[in-house]
Amino acid sequence: MRLPPRHAQRLAVAVLGAATALTLGILAFILASVFQKGLPHVTWRFLADEPRDMCRAGGIFPTIVGSLLLPLLAIAIALPLGAGTAVFLTEYTRETRLTRAIRFGADCLSGIPSILFGLFGFIFFVVFLGMGWSLLSGGLTLAIMILPTIIRTSEEAILSVPAAYREVSFSLGATRWETVRRVVLPNALPGIVTGVMLGIGRCIGETAAVIFTAGSSLRLPRSAFDSVRTMSVHFYILAREGLSAEMAYGTAAVLILSILIVNLAAYGLMHRFISRRAA
Amino acid sequence: MRHAGETWTKRLFLAIACSAIAGLALIAVFILKEGVPFLLRVGPAHFLASSDWQPQAGRFGIYPMIVASLWVTLGAMLIGAPLGIAGAVFLTQFVPPGVTRVVKPAIELLAGIPSVVYGFLGVMALAPLIRDRFGGPGLSVLAASIVLGAMILPTVISISVDAINAVPRSYLEGALALGATRWQSVHRVILKAARSGIVASVILAMGRAIGETMAVIMVAGNAVRVPGSPLDSVRTLTANIALEMGYATGLHRQALFATGVVLFVIIMILNSIATAAVRRRGGRA
Repeated sequence: MRLPPRHAQRLAVAVLGAATALTLGILAFILASVFQKGLPHVTWRFLADEPRDMCRAGGIFPTIVGSLLLPLLAIAIALPLGAGTAVFLTEYTRETRLTRAIRFGADCLSGIPSILFGLFGFIFFVVFLGMGWSLLSGGLTLAIMILPTIIRTSEEAILSVPAAYREVSFSLGATRWETVRRVVLPNALPGIVTGVMLGIGRCIGETAAVIFTAGSSLRLPRSAFDSVRTMSVHFYILAREGLSAEMAYGTAAVLILSILIVNLAAYGLMHRFISRRAA
Repeated sequence: MRHAGETWTKRLFLAIACSAIAGLALIAVFILKEGVPFLLRVGPAHFLASSDWQPQAGRFGIYPMIVASLWVTLGAMLIGAPLGIAGAVFLTQFVPPGVTRVVKPAIELLAGIPSVVYGFLGVMALAPLIRDRFGGPGLSVLAASIVLGAMILPTVISISVDAINAVPRSYLEGALALGATRWQSVHRVILKAARSGIVASVILAMGRAIGETMAVIMVAGNAVRVPGSPLDSVRTLTANIALEMGYATGLHRQALFATGVVLFVIIMILNSIATAAVRRRGGRA
């Protein structure tokens, strides 16, 4: 039996619309249930106090510190490498076998699941280099993980800087490096920062790669060689061990809020960047 | 003088640019170095085909985990791919562009929700529902498939929307001008033209589903056995690594790295297929 085209059209729109509504419904349900059950527990004390009574009471302050320090360290390592790679790919070379290899490497890296980063970080940084479960091991592991994101967004940002800017700079007698430093990078900065924000968001939400490299110590770190626990790891432990649903929901609410804020900032920047380019 | 400086900056940037390849190589070398000697010692065939996983007794077979990973991933694709593609088609073709401009970034923002949160909600909301409705332990292939299916939605939608938007507008106009309805133009013309991009989105999502760890540990139940029904508790390859990594030593730890090698190979194959699919379209992912 064939439906007349007009009815087929109506049916298709109804089915597709229902699927879209279901998708949005699932995502809305996730946000709503976490915020509804979590936000009431997010008080000043919850944010500023240490976990007490085996994490059943108190707050999550040390894990907030962990979720701040670890992504910052990862960015401090990945940003120079990623932006430098993007500068090389766009400013210092043409498409060659080498650039294809670099892009292929970055693509592969972005597809590797986080548990494998965790395995690698554990065997290489924690064991082989003897850094132990530490901020440094975790930061280095996450840096490799977010490198592809930084490379891709930086490359797009640099490519969007008009060629005329470079030509003017060269015509004034600037060398390539002077042009990159004074003209290209400042103009590409908002786009690069977008990549940085996305990378930070990814680091904050990461669990598998962090738990085997940075450990899960609840003490505040005093050096880069101390273990830290991030909010994601803390949430995972709370949820896995069934210690306290309230604490888990509260942590999840703070976790999601911070990621949403970071990602929103990234999108806002990107939007402004694109509209400025278009103007 | 300045020229010499230029040569050195170029060399410096070249060295930096190799960091991604170096990272990839380090990861491959160190995971292989731990896992491959073990594979050779136990015999890859035995390791892959045996269902006997008793690390304390020195018996290592990951067949149940491979089957579990495939089941869970397949289930996630059955749920996530149709929903995601339908959403992408609807958002690009049947709503005003203004709505899409708001909804698509909103969906992409949600890609940032950590996997542990998906897993937690799967435990709190989904598993009891499955247990009461269908029986079984609740924590199961079905629960893991639904959670992973929801997790991959943003990936599928975002990349599929880009693929559909990349189809030249003249294709649609041509079809409409021939008297086709909007839906006829969409499924006969636009979806055909965007096919490789949509396939790539599904394969990338598949890689994400098969590699997902924490959410799966929480909702799949983690029993080491070959599942007989979607309501059975299972342990995936990723869960196997993460659950035992904390205390494994010696041969046991090497066995977990060998599990990682198997996962690495599967992911690399999937990524190569996705890259090839995108390249056939003539663009970059």
